[in-house]
Amino acid sequence: MSTGVLDMELELEAKHPPAAMPRYRDMPLTDRAVLEAPNMVSVEDLNLFYGSKQALHGINLEVRKNTVMALIGPSGCGKSTLLRCINRMNDLIDNVKIDGRIRVGESDIYAPDVDVIGLRMRMGMVFQKSNPFPKSIYENVAYGLRVQGVKNRAVLDEAVERSLISAGLWDEVKDRLNESGLGLSGGQQQRLCIARALAVKPEVLLMDEPCSALDPLATSRIEELIFELKRDFTIVIVTHNMQQAARVSDFTAFFWMGKLIEVGLTEKLFTNPRERMTEDYISGRFG
Amino acid sequence: MGRHFDNELRDLKFSLLAMAGLVEEMVELVRQAFSERSDAKADRVIALDQNVDELELSLDQACIDLLALRAPFASDLRLLASTLKIVPELERIGDHCTNIARRVKFISSYPHILTASQIEELGEATHSMVKRAVDAFVNGDAELAKAVIAEDDRVDELYVQVSKDMLQIMLQDPTAIERASHLIILVKNWERIADQATNIAEEVLFILEGVNVKHPYLQKRDS
Repeated sequence: MSTGVLDMELELEAKHPPAAMPRYRDMPLTDRAVLEAPNMVSVEDLNLFYGSKQALHGINLEVRKNTVMALIGPSGCGKSTLLRCINRMNDLIDNVKIDGRIRVGESDIYAPDVDVIGLRMRMGMVFQKSNPFPKSIYENVAYGLRVQGVKNRAVLDEAVERSLISAGLWDEVKDRLNESGLGLSGGQQQRLCIARALAVKPEVLLMDEPCSALDPLATSRIEELIFELKRDFTIVIVTHNMQQAARVSDFTAFFWMGKLIEVGLTEKLFTNPRERMTEDYISGRFG
Repeated sequence: MGRHFDNELRDLKFSLLAMAGLVEEMVELVRQAFSERSDAKADRVIALDQNVDELELSLDQACIDLLALRAPFASDLRLLASTLKIVPELERIGDHCTNIARRVKFISSYPHILTASQIEELGEATHSMVKRAVDAFVNGDAELAKAVIAEDDRVDELYVQVSKDMLQIMLQDPTAIERASHLIILVKNWERIADQATNIAEEVLFILEGVNVKHPYLQKRDS
């Protein structure tokens, strides 16, 4: 007896997709190249004390080159403190004691012979509240280079234009470079601060809640910018906005009470976190 | 997102369970309708389908609303994404039950043909899979979900065996062709319901463990 009809049906069900179709592992949102990128910032066994109070406990964290690392966690969890360790801004606070190591590229930034000013030149920093200097748009961007002693007008012009283009602000301000930076809107001021940070060609861009004072449109421009900037820079961003962390970062690190609870690929951490505490925090159940 | 969102998720789960319960009832009723040759039960199955369709619409809307308004992460996100996939599976099971019920009404006026007990076995095995897939969801039981997935092979074997027997009957007795044709489609409906119970069990595993267990031959190839 022939049962060809049924056999054919079963065979059809078992057919594999044609080889030319994209395979499901080829389509994740995160570019797999980030997994092979070399480390740009390595934090090793970092402890930080404000007087007798320990604010960071044995942090180990690696930030890969040309990726975005988001630091998340409830207020007071140590994420901004860690960010400020990476450009040694905590040195400016009395009673701070730090042990452990942070390496940026090959150099140990807490080694005794480190030139702290030179180190900070390698780190761009963007704060929660935009803080342009009471100077012209041009001079705001040129400021870092002038501090470095650059006087050549052509070099300055090129750097100002390049930085403003990178910060997505050039078209809006190119005809009024001599007007005060304080006359710009909040979102434009924040992009001006990003341009100022980029002008000195930093290796790492540190952003401490850069969008928390901005409206959704200005926020979206900064987020698009972050996406563009990671081609040339390594970015560490502190944010309270879970959606923002999910949108802009390749990796996310969750902190709680000065401890690093979990770090991983952002797509993994926000869909299937390893730790219960992470799950509860990102789904708004504590913190 | 605090307790308010938890309440909304609880309401969503409650509606999904109501739909699953209704569909499971249809599966059980249509199984009985076949065994007992009961037109009344078949009619009841056909009538219930509209309630399932209505629940599909309201659950679809609830999922989209919660995704848009609450922007969930982690297990909340997995629950919503999987609910969006479980709901159409349940709705299709309802449709298959309705199809079976219509054919039961046609064949119930004829005497049983040889394979009735095998078809009953197929119906029981499939009903058990649907029930256990729903139980796995309700109780958050990953092991039970895995057991459901493993059961599908047995249903497939039964389906192929019954279909082959049916072809044999048609070859031997041309007057049975019309009834046997209905039965072939009927057992195909049972087999599809079992596939859909498998899909639901796979979604339950995704909700519980965050792992996608579909198409194991691809997972094996890429690992």
